[in-house]
Amino acid sequence: MSLYEELQALRADYPAGTRSAVLPALRLAQERHGWLSREVIEEVADALELTPAYCYSIASFYDMLHLEPVGRHGIEVCTNLPCALCGAQQVVEAFESALGIRAGETTPDGAVTLRTVECLGGCGYATVVAVDHRYRQHVRPETVPQILEELDA
Amino acid sequence: MPETRLLLAGVDEHDLTKLSEYRAVGGYQAVEKARAMTPDALIEELQKATLRGRGGAGFPMGRKASLIDRRSPKPKYLVVNADESEPGAFKDREVLARAPHRLIEGCLIAAHAIESHDVFIYIRGEYLAEYEILAAAVEEARQAGVCGDVRITVYRGAGAYICGEETALLESLEGKRGQPRPRPPFPPLQGLYMAPTEINNVCTIASVPIVIAMGAEAFAKTGVPSSPGTAIFSVSGNVVRPGNYELELGTPMRELIYDYAGGIAGGRELKAVIPGGSSVPALTPDEIDVPLDYDSLGAIGTFFGAASLIVVDDRCCMVQLALRSTKFYMHESCGKCTPCRIGTRWMVQIIEAIENGTASYDDLELLDSVGDDILGKVLCALGEFAVYPVHSYLHKWRSEFEAHVELGRCPFGGASSLEGIVAPSDPQALAPVHQEALA
Repeated sequence: MSLYEELQALRADYPAGTRSAVLPALRLAQERHGWLSREVIEEVADALELTPAYCYSIASFYDMLHLEPVGRHGIEVCTNLPCALCGAQQVVEAFESALGIRAGETTPDGAVTLRTVECLGGCGYATVVAVDHRYRQHVRPETVPQILEELDA
Repeated sequence: MPETRLLLAGVDEHDLTKLSEYRAVGGYQAVEKARAMTPDALIEELQKATLRGRGGAGFPMGRKASLIDRRSPKPKYLVVNADESEPGAFKDREVLARAPHRLIEGCLIAAHAIESHDVFIYIRGEYLAEYEILAAAVEEARQAGVCGDVRITVYRGAGAYICGEETALLESLEGKRGQPRPRPPFPPLQGLYMAPTEINNVCTIASVPIVIAMGAEAFAKTGVPSSPGTAIFSVSGNVVRPGNYELELGTPMRELIYDYAGGIAGGRELKAVIPGGSSVPALTPDEIDVPLDYDSLGAIGTFFGAASLIVVDDRCCMVQLALRSTKFYMHESCGKCTPCRIGTRWMVQIIEAIENGTASYDDLELLDSVGDDILGKVLCALGEFAVYPVHSYLHKWRSEFEAHVELGRCPFGGASSLEGIVAPSDPQALAPVHQEALA
């Protein structure tokens, strides 16, 4: 099924005349293409019969939608208060030194984007790191090499 | 210490993500009992139970249901707020992942009460594993025919704290930017798609089958009279055993921190407790002899909030705590109301100057006054959430703020537990992507 056809199926899940499909549509498009380029946003807009500007206004509002290229893998370290109190910064630094990049950057080979993120909702299991959207809990600087090894595998 | 498990009853002994095992512990009997009642009788029962909203505001759920305009010719909607994003809160996640059918049963009962056939569960985008579990449970319930004529749609957010605010959530669900609406009209009259809408937190709706199974009278006898029932308390930060503890409302805070969560880790001293998630005023160690319920916490100037305690030990610099907290609210401000959009940025700049030792005593007054210029002047509570905790840090730990001014540096000298913590909004965390490498 083409993206266009998939988006038509998605639209049918929501009441006619509403724009509720736009968020799931942008997510689906991002899953297919990795990030939301101008062309991809235009494709979504076309399928949903919305303007590209409208779709862009939605994509730019939500943190999980990427308007710039990202690496093939995403590592997101929570640095909000509960994780911060339990040493999240040391975890960030361990990823930075292992990957040779700063938080917010992508490795030169395009493999990994490292980000700091706001609360992931795992505060009792600090530090929480989302690796390709799957939570790793109780992460400590010592566990960073293992997480990166599993990415390579 | 034993917990009082109602919401999480059976999760250790059974795999309650499976319909058959949920049925084995009496699941889906309450919905049958509810369907034998008229919507009016059901709403009356819910009102008698005085089940208060577990999302933060504490508004009685039955009263909310009674406000739904059921005679409206438009469809009636039930929306479940599973956009749990309050720093410190991870209670809804536990219900979603371990007792999804209890939530689904609650949806079916609440839908019957308000005569709704359409339920939306708005789950935060980051909760991928929980989404998969919930979506599978909804599908299993549908196939087993327990949903009747009610359609449940699980809708995923995409990363925005503000969407936990009920009207921002409705906007997001309508495919718009998640920005709060002016009220009135309130959602029970004009909510989703401008139709009457009941909107409740996960734990509130998951409590509904418990209310119906026990009967409102028996339920109202649990907890404390003004706040019956149990709550799942999320405990995080510097304690020995962080985690979720389901306890009756009214349990003493000291008991939760020292008995259940094992006290302060590493033999350190308690410095502060932020009792309802990061958005509420913090308590000092001599204020923790308080029962955990809405009114008792309100009486000492804080909030029950999301039943989420962030415990802070004596290594933490309160100025750094204020800075990290305010950066979060700055990042999450949706930008609609000027006092919040500009005010949170200004607060960050002032607190940064205090932490760096370049602020004067006047700046402490300025921080207070910028906060005052946000309070009550914005459409939703996010602005207030940015200000309440900072005001409490500034007033209760005043000497620590003054020491930064006096010394011209942080008195912790790099030894604070929050030293160097990077927020997603910091310039160093926003470095441009190496685009050429990806081409």
